Amino acid sequence: LALSALVTLNVLNSIATLLLLSLGIGVIYGMMKVINFAHGEFLMLGAYATVIAANAGVNIWIAMLIIAPLSVGLFGFVVERCLIRHLYGRIIDTMLATWGLSLIIVGLVTSFIGTTIQGVSTPLGGLSIGFYQTSVYNLFIIVMAALVTLALWATLRFTRYGMIVRATMQNPAMASALGVSPSRIYMGTFVLGSALAGLAGGIVAPISGVAPTMGMAFMVKAFITVAGGGAAIITGTSLAAGLFGLVNEATTFLTTPVFGQVAMLATAVVMIRILPQGITGRFFRRNV
Amino acid sequence: MTARTVLACTGAVVVGLALFLLPPRILSSFGLNQLSIMIIMALFGLSQGFLWGFGGIMSFGQSAFFGLGAYAYAIAAIALGGSGSAVALAIAIPAIFAALLGYFMFYGRVSDAYVGIITLTIAVILSNVMNSTAGDVYQIAGVPLGGFNGIPGVPPLAMPTTGEYLDYDGTWYVAVGSLVVVYIGLRGILASRFGRVVVAIRENETRATLFGYDPRLYKLIVFALSGGIAGLAGSLYTAWSGFVSPTVFDLSMAAQSVIFVLIGGLGTLLGPILGAVFIQYLMTVVGTQQVLNASLLLGIILVVFVLLVPKGALPMARLYAGRAWRVLSAAKTRAPRSRLEVPS
Repeated sequence: LALSALVTLNVLNSIATLLLLSLGIGVIYGMMKVINFAHGEFLMLGAYATVIAANAGVNIWIAMLIIAPLSVGLFGFVVERCLIRHLYGRIIDTMLATWGLSLIIVGLVTSFIGTTIQGVSTPLGGLSIGFYQTSVYNLFIIVMAALVTLALWATLRFTRYGMIVRATMQNPAMASALGVSPSRIYMGTFVLGSALAGLAGGIVAPISGVAPTMGMAFMVKAFITVAGGGAAIITGTSLAAGLFGLVNEATTFLTTPVFGQVAMLATAVVMIRILPQGITGRFFRRNV
Repeated sequence: MTARTVLACTGAVVVGLALFLLPPRILSSFGLNQLSIMIIMALFGLSQGFLWGFGGIMSFGQSAFFGLGAYAYAIAAIALGGSGSAVALAIAIPAIFAALLGYFMFYGRVSDAYVGIITLTIAVILSNVMNSTAGDVYQIAGVPLGGFNGIPGVPPLAMPTTGEYLDYDGTWYVAVGSLVVVYIGLRGILASRFGRVVVAIRENETRATLFGYDPRLYKLIVFALSGGIAGLAGSLYTAWSGFVSPTVFDLSMAAQSVIFVLIGGLGTLLGPILGAVFIQYLMTVVGTQQVLNASLLLGIILVVFVLLVPKGALPMARLYAGRAWRVLSAAKTRAPRSRLEVPS
C-alpha cells in the first residue's frame, strides 16, 4: 500500500510539473500562435532569479512565487516589444528569432554566471509513507499546479479580460473593430506567458539543479505536451500533461528516467499521427 | 548556348578544379584539416538547404540525423573494420530513421511548426539517451557507447581496395568529392520531374494535391534523402575527428545547419555551402579568444538575419547586383528606367 501510494504521488507530481512547465507555452502559443523557442530560457532565468534572491537572504517563498514571475514577466515585456512584435504572423521566422534569442540568453548566462550548477535547498522537509521517504515539497508542486491551472481557467472563462482575450484569439480583425487593441492584448498575453515560465522556473529551482542549459530539456517536454493538447489550451494541456506524465513516470518506475522520456516522446509522436489536431481537436472541443 | 555561358561554365570548372586541387599543395596539414571540416559542415548545410529551401520542410533537429550517421560510422568502422560499409550504413540508418519519422509526421499531416517541434524533440531525446549509455551494458556489436565520453579511437576513412588509411590530403579529396557528388545529385533531382513536383508542393500544397500528386509521399522521400545526406556528413565528421560523443546531437549543431541556410540563402544550394564555410571559419576564430561565447555569437547572427536579411546573403547579393547592373546600364544607354521592381 505504501508503495502504491508513493507511485501515485510520483505520477501526480510528474503530471503537475509537466503542467506547470506547459501552461506558459500553452498561453503564448494557444492565444497568439507564436512559438517561443526561448521559453525554456525564460524558465531558466526564473530559476536563477529564485536562486540569486534566496541566496541574497530573501525569503524563499517570496523569491519563488513573486520575484521569479515578476522579473521574467518584465523580461518578456522587453522581448515582446523589441523582437516578437515585428514577427507576428510569420510563425517560422518567430521560431528562428526566438531560437537565436535562446542561444543569446544561454551564451550571456554562461559568460556572466558560469556553468556551475547552483541550487537552493528544498523547503518544507520530508514526509514518510510507510517505509518510504518523500518530500512535502512534491505535494506543494501538485497543489500549485492545480491552483495555477484553475486560476488561469477561471480568468479566461469568467472575467472580462478573459473574454476579450478569447475574442482576439478567434478574430483579431473583429476584436479590433470593436475597440480592442490586439497588439496590446498580445503584449499582455506574452507577458503573462513569460511570467508563468518564470513561476515554473522558480518552482522547479529547488528540485532540479540550476544551470544555463537547463531550459531546453524542460522546453521540449512542454512543447510536445502543448502540441498534444490541441486548440483548447487549458483543457488540452491538462489532459496531455496527464497522459504524458503518466507514461513518463510509469516507464521511469519500470526502467530508468531516460527511457521514461523516450516512452513519453514515442507516445507523443504516435498520438500526433492519430490525432493531428491534438486531444482537443477531437474531444472536448468547446472548452477553454 | 551563347559564348558567355560557355565562358562562365569553363570559368566555373577551372575555379572549381583549382579549389579542389590547390589546397593540399599550398596549405599546411592544419590548414587543410580546418578546410576539410568546413567542407563537411557544408555537406550538412546542404542537407538542410535541400529540405528547407526546396522541400519547404523545416527541421529544427537536423543534428539527429547527423549524429545518427556519426555514431553509425563509429560503431560500424570499429566493429566491421572497413570504412566503405560504415559510410553506407551511416547514410542508410539516418535515412531509414527519417523515413519512419516522416511517416508519422507527414501522414499525420501535422503543420510546419509541429514538424519543427517534433524534430527538435527527437534531437534532444537522442542526446539524452546517448548521454546515459555509460557502462558495459550499453554496447552495439561489441562497441561500448561510452555515454557522455563517447567513442574514442574511431578509424579514419580507408581505401576500399587496399584498406590503407587516408591521410589529410585523402580526407580532403573525399570530403570535397562527396560535396560535389551530392550537389550535382541534388541539382539533377531538382531538374527532374520529381524535383519539380517537390517545388510545386512547397509553393502550393493544395494545388499540387489537386493535380493528383500525393504531397505526403514526396515530403517523406525528401525528408529521408536529407536525413541520408546529413548522415553522410556525420560519418565524415567522425572519420575526420576520429572520435564521436553525444555533442553531435547538440541543439547548437542543429542551429548551425539552420544558420548556414539562413545566412547563405534559402532556396539555393550554393548558399548553404557558403554559409557553412563562413560560419565554420567564424567559429574557428571565436574559439581562439575568450570574450565572445560561440552560442552568443550564433544567437546574434540568427536574430539579425531573421530581422534584417530574411532572404539570406546570396539572394540579397543577387538582388543588389541586379539593381546595380540595371542602374549602370541605364546610365550608359540613357534609357528610361523600368518601373517594374523585383518583388521582394
